[in-house]
Amino acid sequence: MGMTMTQKILAAHAGLEKVEPGQLIKCKLDMVLGNDVTTPVAINEFNKAGFNSVFDKNKISLVMDHFTPNKDIKSAAHTKQCREFASKLKIKNYFDVGDMGVEHALLPEKGLVASGECIIGADSHTCTYGALGAFSTGVGSTDMAAGMATGEAWFKVPSAIKFNLKGKLNKYVMGKDVILHIIGMIGVDGALYKSMEFSGEGLASLSMDDRLSMANMAIEAGAKNGIFAVDEITKAYQNGRVNREYKIYEADHDAVYDAVYDIDLSEIKPTVAFPHLPENTRTVEQAGDVKIDQVVIGSCTNGRMEDMEMAASILKGRHIHPGVRCIVIPATQKIYLDCMEKGLLKIFIEAGCAVSTPTCGPCLGGHMGILAAGERAVSTSNRNFVGRMGHPESEVYLASPATAAASAITGKISSAEEIFNA
Amino acid sequence: MKVSGFVHKYGNNVDTDVIIPARYLNSSDPKELASHCMEDIDPEFVKKVKQGDIIVADNNFGCGSSREHAPIAIKESGISCVIASSFARIFYRNSINTALPILECDEAAKNINSGDEVEIDFDTGIITDKTTGMTFKAQPFPEFIKEIINAGGLLNSLKK
Repeated sequence: MGMTMTQKILAAHAGLEKVEPGQLIKCKLDMVLGNDVTTPVAINEFNKAGFNSVFDKNKISLVMDHFTPNKDIKSAAHTKQCREFASKLKIKNYFDVGDMGVEHALLPEKGLVASGECIIGADSHTCTYGALGAFSTGVGSTDMAAGMATGEAWFKVPSAIKFNLKGKLNKYVMGKDVILHIIGMIGVDGALYKSMEFSGEGLASLSMDDRLSMANMAIEAGAKNGIFAVDEITKAYQNGRVNREYKIYEADHDAVYDAVYDIDLSEIKPTVAFPHLPENTRTVEQAGDVKIDQVVIGSCTNGRMEDMEMAASILKGRHIHPGVRCIVIPATQKIYLDCMEKGLLKIFIEAGCAVSTPTCGPCLGGHMGILAAGERAVSTSNRNFVGRMGHPESEVYLASPATAAASAITGKISSAEEIFNA
Repeated sequence: MKVSGFVHKYGNNVDTDVIIPARYLNSSDPKELASHCMEDIDPEFVKKVKQGDIIVADNNFGCGSSREHAPIAIKESGISCVIASSFARIFYRNSINTALPILECDEAAKNINSGDEVEIDFDTGIITDKTTGMTFKAQPFPEFIKEIINAGGLLNSLKK
């Protein structure tokens, strides 16, 4: 019996020839990540256990992104604690206001994660880096603390579900629509404890930004990780960013999967997840007349350059609907700068959008766009749980940047096609 | 080891955002976190929970965010065990790592009612509903995980 991509990476990092689903193993880690919410808890645990050094000061990334720029005094105390810890233990990859970005956009952009690596992060969306063909998964603060101290983590080897992609996305349909469609199909625990492995000829039509947004949401199907086969697009993305040798793993031809789904990308339509679960999906056509109060375009799911370009292509020369607030958050300083140089900021501001410095902010109901009771938002982020963006009686509808931009213009859930055919 | 308490029951997909909303994550103080535990799904929870009580839920308990503040808040609020048909994997890990006892038992989750008095024997995995007289057997933890729990969490198990 052969191994899946994930099983091969885990075996290599455990120093084993072969692993099987269900096996408990200990793996060497290539990167350990934390943010301003999860790192303080990890530091407390790290100190309590009496550790005073980290396994490798180059293989830890601390990104201050959730409540930054510090939203209040308590948040400021947390980032101060992280800053002092990083300085004391000489942690190289510490990113604070001014050079930080939303963590899962920042690490791939900086080449800090690469194909074939084994990565944990104290943030559930750490599964994003599977887009590069890495094994990457979210953990809690205690696992992060142990990872920082020992460079190792325990895992139960997962089985996998395979998604065989074919065809090509239609115009204004994005990776986000594909992953929402898949979560709608298998449910929020449809891949519980498993890997979601994406491969097939359809990969050729998916950009890295599409793949990153798809792998990002593997956790929303309960998956341990999402992982994409490595191709020329992956290699081109890493060229110039990753300045170290990386290894490409391929699933064995006789790898065993719990299920195999064929997904024809050309059949995917703009999709929205209704409150209060990412599995409550409908196509935009089926959405009906849902009036909205706010639109958020950003986050670790959809705050990358292609997302910004897609939103700008729809907002250009148009204006946000009266009564709707539209908040655009480029996910990193580099993306922010690229938006400025390409004239996108002008398009956003002239359309009536607020453009923010990078932050997770409204995605988790932290700051920078909280909803009141009864308000509705279309967001390009990844969760629409009760109270996720503010009051427990507010509602979040998850969609692609194309759908979000179009909805901002009409004031109700709308597809980009409706804008151009109007 | 045995624990005993009254049951607070919830449904499918209880996410960590409702267990401890992000608006309170600017604190990492267990007592402060516990004072908002379950706020967005059951605003009365903090008023009615007593030391030793038990949470029982259906599938995918603890889904969503990896925030360890969730098991910390539950443990600090006095809950002695969470029983569910299934757990989201990060929550499962975090509970083991922070020594919050959790048991996967679909039969118990389906049959135990809110308010029932339940006793759990962690050595045998036997769950007894003292109100209805029904008993259930939960899956025991693998040895490797037992060692972490017995040490009082992952970092205690790593201490030299």
